[in-house]
Amino acid sequence: MAITTEPVAYVRGTPIAEQPPPLLARGWVAWVRENLFSSVGNTILTLIALYIIYLVVPPAIRFFFLDAVWTGSDREACLAANVGREVGACWAYVDAKFSYFVYGSYPWDERWRVDIVFVLGAIGIAWLLWLDAPKRNLGALYFFVIFPVVAFILLRGWTAVGLERVDTSLWGGILVTLVVSIVGIVVSLPLGVLLALGRRSRLPLVRLASVIFIEVVRGVPLITVLFMANTMLPLFLPGNMSPDRLLRPLVGVALFASAYMAEVVRGGLQAIPKGQYEGAMSLGLGYWRMMRLIILPQALRIVIPGIVNTFIGLFKDTTLVSIVGIFDLIKTVEVTLVDPTWATPVTRLTGYAFAGLFYFICCYGMSRYSLAVERRLAAGQKR
Amino acid sequence: MTDITQSTSPRTSVINDPRVRGVAYQVILVVVLAFLVYEATTNAIENLRRARIASGFDFLSTTAGFDVNQTLIPFSSSGGSTYGDAFIVGLLNTLLVAAIGIVLATILGFIVGVARLSSNWMVAKLAKVYVEAIRNVPLLLQLFIWYNAVLKALPNPRQSYEVGGGVFLNNRGLFAPQPLLEPGAGLVIGAVVVGLIGSFVFRAWARRRQEATGQQAPIGTVALALIVGLPLLVFLLTGRPIAFSYPELRGFNFAGGVQIFPEFVALLVGLSTYTAAFIAEIVRAGILAVSRGQTEAAHALGLREGPTLRLVIIPQAMRVIVPPLTSQYLNLTKNSSLAVAIGYPDLAQVFMGTVLNQTGQAVEVIAITMAVYLAISLITSLVMNLYNRRAAIVER
Repeated sequence: MAITTEPVAYVRGTPIAEQPPPLLARGWVAWVRENLFSSVGNTILTLIALYIIYLVVPPAIRFFFLDAVWTGSDREACLAANVGREVGACWAYVDAKFSYFVYGSYPWDERWRVDIVFVLGAIGIAWLLWLDAPKRNLGALYFFVIFPVVAFILLRGWTAVGLERVDTSLWGGILVTLVVSIVGIVVSLPLGVLLALGRRSRLPLVRLASVIFIEVVRGVPLITVLFMANTMLPLFLPGNMSPDRLLRPLVGVALFASAYMAEVVRGGLQAIPKGQYEGAMSLGLGYWRMMRLIILPQALRIVIPGIVNTFIGLFKDTTLVSIVGIFDLIKTVEVTLVDPTWATPVTRLTGYAFAGLFYFICCYGMSRYSLAVERRLAAGQKR
Repeated sequence: MTDITQSTSPRTSVINDPRVRGVAYQVILVVVLAFLVYEATTNAIENLRRARIASGFDFLSTTAGFDVNQTLIPFSSSGGSTYGDAFIVGLLNTLLVAAIGIVLATILGFIVGVARLSSNWMVAKLAKVYVEAIRNVPLLLQLFIWYNAVLKALPNPRQSYEVGGGVFLNNRGLFAPQPLLEPGAGLVIGAVVVGLIGSFVFRAWARRRQEATGQQAPIGTVALALIVGLPLLVFLLTGRPIAFSYPELRGFNFAGGVQIFPEFVALLVGLSTYTAAFIAEIVRAGILAVSRGQTEAAHALGLREGPTLRLVIIPQAMRVIVPPLTSQYLNLTKNSSLAVAIGYPDLAQVFMGTVLNQTGQAVEVIAITMAVYLAISLITSLVMNLYNRRAAIVER
């Protein structure tokens, strides 16, 4: 029997075109079935989640965007009676008060100085945080020594070079929030390294002093430290030397952050294998050189995520200085809330939303950065 | 003849001898610290003398000239309460908000932490949004939002929300029925205690029997019967000795019932939701730290989902969870001092705020306040270390 090559009516001669996979096994339908409705319990959870989203998201969108008032010159613009509908966030108020939120009562004509400081600070932070940046040692010197001095001269003023003096009681808003947190990090990092070294020192008295300082500061709330700095610092200084109102909480915040920084750095010191210490010693390096050249560069590098996390905490904690009467962002928002020009039922929530958004963007950005660094550092450990 | 002994004691300069240097460093440190303390003390004494502020702790027995709205012990300025009493009032209020806050934060934190690991995409994302939104906004701002924008914006007592069961919510706080104990109520409370002890004893017995014979006992049902059923039975048998006083609208405010102040509610809600976000991350990390092999091995042994979680995963996760959880509890306690910003009468607000302003004795007041927080921190970490030692891995 010969094999027939003749076409048979019921056999296809050519392959048919590719079919899409069944809708229920691939694509978004399958994904939804698998991830959201795989079982009865799962379906209930999904429905609860949907209900929560329904409760939160549409009112929020309506309040912040759809019903919001974007322009206006005073409270009249944000009153429901004048607008003729329900009124959401009064963004016109934020727009009108924006420069107060950023600079506080800093004199109008001198605000360019603050802008320069912002730019200089941004350069310093970018230099330090970008791990592949050129000359990072120089960057550290710039951020921890040069920048604070220049910023102080610019912000405070120095009549010898023609910069009018601006009293710190006029500083406010985001400027003060940034000043407090930058001073906190600039002081606390070196001090924290010293305390961490002290805690791991062989010398019993040095160790004791470091342990007591670290544990006491970590055991009390920041607010008590701030009260202490506010009321007791003038007592401890001789005679009629009364420290600047802004300087007092700065001292408190810096000391407080140092204790937390010390614990982070100590973690890094402990993570360095003993062989590194022994290797350095066998090369004949003394204690300080061993630390400076071998141990600290490695230890600080692995605790960058920890340092950033401490900084996030510090950044959020700077809001507490408003309780001791410093005009940080929160305090400036609170002050504008009693301003009759903008007194409406929605002003308060709008102000809080603005402040919340500012803190969220800063903190979330930093936490993303710290996660990225962590991943990058972990990549080197993978085998 | 050359001197051989010289080679055994190396001729280094005294300056380079590490031991001498160590002693020198420490002497310098002590001298500097002693100088600072001396300077601070003499200056403080001089400044206080000039400002005519008394020193010492006598002020604690002086009559306080102010009232506090929420007190756990009787306190009134007219009744001759002292600054010492004010201290106790503040301390108790701090402990109250911290204790309830810790319980709520733990419950919410565990729920959110488990939800972040849920296989349900929407639940996991929702939990993630919660954690990120809460963690990245300062607690103080959140307290302001809860207090000023949420609770103060509630309607006045005449238009208050009725939550149901005699619970009312308005801008003066939360009004709830207050249990009134009549004679015989002691028996009901006693029954609760007996039920609790009984169920613990039963659980220990059941566990021992299971290890000896392999037979399981219905622990859950028996405990439920003992803790809920027994008091209920006693309650009915003794003729319902507990009555409730319901809050009623009289004039412009409520009378009767128990009033929970909005400051307390705001602080409690703010602290618990904030800390819960951190606890959720700790719980997630703890569960992820238990390797998948443990789950698979448990399944291979024939354990089902529930027992796998209860007997294999959670005990191991707890080892990772407990140490950071402790520090979160401490953070919550320390953060309760933010009460000062919204006027809840805790230790910081009553003692470091009002008492400090009235007496002017900053050194004593702040030292006492710090010592209290320090003591709370040390005691908590001591207790948690004990627990941790029990839960820690026993290595060979």
